[in-house]
Amino acid sequence: MSTTEGHFGGCATALRCKECGHRTELVAAYVCEYCFGPLEVEYDRERLAATVSRERIARGPLNLWRYRDLLPCSPDDPSLGLSAGLTPLVRAPRLAQALGLKHVWVKNETANPTHSFKDRVVSVALEAAQRLGFSTVACASTGNLANAVAAHASALGLESYVFVPSNLEEQKIVATAVFDTTLLAVTGTYDDVNRLCGELAADRPWAFVNVNVRPYYSEGSKTLAYEVAEQLGWQCPDRCIVPIASGSLYTKIHAGYRDVVELGLADGQVPVLNGAQAEGCSPVAAAWSEDRQFVSPVVPDTIAKSLAIGNPADGVFALDTARQTGGSITSVTDDEIVDGIRLLAETTGIFTETAGGVTTAVLRKLADRGEIGVDERVVLYITGDGLKTLDAVAPYVGAIQIDAEVAAFEAATGTRVTDRIPAIA
Amino acid sequence: MPVTVKIPSPLRTLTGGAATVDCAPGTVGDLIDQLDDSYPGFRDRVCQDGELRRFVNVFVAGEDVRFSDGIATVTTDGQEVTILPAVAGG
Repeated sequence: MSTTEGHFGGCATALRCKECGHRTELVAAYVCEYCFGPLEVEYDRERLAATVSRERIARGPLNLWRYRDLLPCSPDDPSLGLSAGLTPLVRAPRLAQALGLKHVWVKNETANPTHSFKDRVVSVALEAAQRLGFSTVACASTGNLANAVAAHASALGLESYVFVPSNLEEQKIVATAVFDTTLLAVTGTYDDVNRLCGELAADRPWAFVNVNVRPYYSEGSKTLAYEVAEQLGWQCPDRCIVPIASGSLYTKIHAGYRDVVELGLADGQVPVLNGAQAEGCSPVAAAWSEDRQFVSPVVPDTIAKSLAIGNPADGVFALDTARQTGGSITSVTDDEIVDGIRLLAETTGIFTETAGGVTTAVLRKLADRGEIGVDERVVLYITGDGLKTLDAVAPYVGAIQIDAEVAAFEAATGTRVTDRIPAIA
Repeated sequence: MPVTVKIPSPLRTLTGGAATVDCAPGTVGDLIDQLDDSYPGFRDRVCQDGELRRFVNVFVAGEDVRFSDGIATVTTDGQEVTILPAVAGG
């Protein structure tokens, strides 16, 4: 590998095992050599505190690199390729009203370059991959990550290999293949794809973004907390609803809010974090409801394919996040997911993929149970675009077919001409 | 025919760099015993308190042993057993 190993130049100093605390240099590694526990990026907290400020962030670029001091990357602006992040935080008064709440915001991640939050993690992963000397990148994906890796690799001129389960939505296949990547549709579930990539990563000089450079990749999700806090005027919200697949996003949003509170960037405290899973793949929600300390793998069967990870890598840490923030982890059925997609669309004008249907349905469930205070400021994370999972809602919505005649229109809609001409004063 | 065990890179320092090791068929626990005999310290790296460590996955013919009998899962002639760190993906 290249001579740049370990020299990121910023506040990131080492990789540290979350299980046993063993440290290693900033290299392409994802498991502790001793106990196989997951590695995560460690920072020089004193240097971080002396470096970051609201003003410094405000002077940064209009994308996630404004938070680069808090990421494993160069202190210089690495903005190249696609510009991820700084997505809208949308006030959702009609959704709030429908749920009997007052203050709901939607973090609209559909506005990213490839229409999901994965653009954030891939930006950070590919920056790290290049610093570690890789010229080929790869991933195991349920679809959104596939889109992002293929697109960002093309933008940066890197070779890419993308592995997905063969039953993936057509939209995600096409929107990945168009970037001239090598796209492999693997027979089996995401967990089979993941196992294959784990084996391949051991013997190839490639950066698998969610395998051997996963510690860097997952750091990108922290920006989803930084950004919300900044967009609320450097205030923490009271509660967030976050989807759980591997549990990485959920735990890193937790880490992000801890950062902004500990570093004095944001006022308030770390929000209550509610995790959201689809019932057809809810190993973490099941462990939570049974008060278990371990997560038993399941075989996924849900329309929320982007969350269909039966053996979630960060499942046990997701349980910690729920406990530490006073949150919970809840699952919803496929029918509730479809209703969630429609509720969000009808009240906010935002069309989400199934994962956002999961978070919206969990928000509704918690609100219906009276678990959310009416005055709480709630942020709903919508992580991907509905155009990627059209099949999920196509059976339930559609056009009214009519002939090109006024009478046909009136018969179909029940409107009359007198109803429709406003009085002219 | 032996059972072929695929060794993940963090454990290859123990196996002298070998990526695969042939073992006599038996339970997953038996295979780990054989590996520990050949490569002292192997068991400690993958097991704790007689069970697989929580971040270690073992697949017999592609199936996660946590779906079958865990460390008591039986392997047969010619099967492939893969040991992989759990913390990937997502």
